[in-house]
Amino acid sequence: MNAAADPALFAPDDAADPNEPDRTLAANAAPAGRWTHQHLLDVDVLTTDDLDLIMQTTATMAQVLTRPIPKVPALRGWGVTILFYEASTRTRVSFEVAAKNLSADVVNIAAASSSVSKGESLIDTIRTVEALGARMLVLRHATSGAPYLAAEHFSGSVLNGGDGWHAHPTQALLDLYTLRTRLPGGIVAGRKVVILGDVMHSRVARSNLWSLTAAGADVWLCGPATLLRGFDAWAAAGVAGSRRFTVTSDLPAALRDADVVMALRIQRERMASGLLPSLREYAARFGLTRERMALARPDALVMHPGPMNEGVEIAPDVATGRQSVITEQVANGVAVRMAVLYLLAGARDSAATRESAATRESAGARDSAGARDSAGARDSAGRAAAE
Amino acid sequence: MTVRRIMTAEEIRRAVIRVSHEIVEKHAGTDRLALVGIQRRGVPIARRLADAILEHENTTLPVGALDITFYRDDLSMLAQQPVVKGTDLPFDVNGSTVVLVDDVLFTGRTIRAAMDALMEFGRPDAIRLAVLVDRGHRELPIRADHVGKNVPTSREERVRVRIEEVDGEDAVDIDRAPAPMGSTVEVP
Repeated sequence: MNAAADPALFAPDDAADPNEPDRTLAANAAPAGRWTHQHLLDVDVLTTDDLDLIMQTTATMAQVLTRPIPKVPALRGWGVTILFYEASTRTRVSFEVAAKNLSADVVNIAAASSSVSKGESLIDTIRTVEALGARMLVLRHATSGAPYLAAEHFSGSVLNGGDGWHAHPTQALLDLYTLRTRLPGGIVAGRKVVILGDVMHSRVARSNLWSLTAAGADVWLCGPATLLRGFDAWAAAGVAGSRRFTVTSDLPAALRDADVVMALRIQRERMASGLLPSLREYAARFGLTRERMALARPDALVMHPGPMNEGVEIAPDVATGRQSVITEQVANGVAVRMAVLYLLAGARDSAATRESAATRESAGARDSAGARDSAGARDSAGRAAAE
Repeated sequence: MTVRRIMTAEEIRRAVIRVSHEIVEKHAGTDRLALVGIQRRGVPIARRLADAILEHENTTLPVGALDITFYRDDLSMLAQQPVVKGTDLPFDVNGSTVVLVDDVLFTGRTIRAAMDALMEFGRPDAIRLAVLVDRGHRELPIRADHVGKNVPTSREERVRVRIEEVDGEDAVDIDRAPAPMGSTVEVP
């Protein structure tokens, strides 16, 4: 393979010249289209330029992962604390591997074994974590909006590892990256993407709505009517005011000619709340089986954010079949999280101060509106999540 | 501020040809020799060196690209993360003689980072350095094996290399700010 084979490697841009000493770079900082965010709380605030920069950086991180030693010293000496108030395997491990691949110093806190179990508040825990040297905080919390609160009290960068029903930005980014690497020509625009299952309780679905509609995909949300509540109103209002999507309980209509089908996990605890009669009925009516996948395009991709209930929302032969990119999603998760950690590490100084002021303002606006979500457009679907 | 041209397209072409001969002469051949350009302007220069070597030695040398972003010692001092452009080394680094190629040699910190980055891929037999312009002012004990042109500069000046593949034309200019009183000019 010749170096010339990959034109992206040699694409011109306005990067600072590495031959100039750092003082020159500092003077040339912040040309248009560069990273300006201090936190990653959701994908809603990311512009298409931001998304492109993340995707481009992810591609180079994926390249690092193929090396004999998949480790670079970019974040040497950086304290990264991973604070998870909810159970997780892939997201937590993925963040940890990503941070370690960048040579950061990683501290893992599981809420169950920490002072949180003694009643310490989130704010106190965050102050403690910061006092112990963390410059980046990866937070997962069962309450929607918790990372926004954390961002007000943490001077470094907060990364949302999933909050309640609200947002899971790195999952949306890794899904977008997976689509860009697997769809023909890397083009997501115009592709029919079906998100199938328990949409109402899904932060994955909410974050993906922002990034997929921003990328121009034709997004369909499908599931039992009880698990789509609130999304009709959001669909009518549009994502960011103008980007439409389709909400339906008609599974064949959703799957017909789909390019991508993303099945969501059915949480067993939803049975208790009466939203679903039984897992068996859900599987019979909405389970992603091979017969149903036949309605989609022959080369359609099957995705799942995990963990899967095989035989409920997705049949085992579909989950592991030829069209499945589920294990790729997991692998891409590490590269995406490396990219995000790397980019956020650059957001300091003027950019950092600007944004933390902006975050504080918008957080205040959210509080007064009575919802912790980051955009009014999402209120109908999002307020339920905040409660 | 005045701008002075220190190399024209024609001079760059001749320097590349001369350096290509020097590289082969120093290595006594082309066996297990590889050229690695440092992103971004080092990459097209490395490719031109390979083209020149193909012309007079009738051998195609592997050409790689090295992104040193992650290995910089000033990442924590920059206001923005530099855009990462990617590394591609299409040969086995173990046992190779690798000629690093860059446009300007200044403080030497880029080369230090490049050597660190390269070592992650294996253990080369030797690493050599070829640059189009050496402008002096080293901060590390590093020197180039092959130099297109030595240019005396003061620290305040900026050397701008433009390469057709990246910038649309071939030229090397100095932006000459008025030298402050007491500043030293270093002759590389």
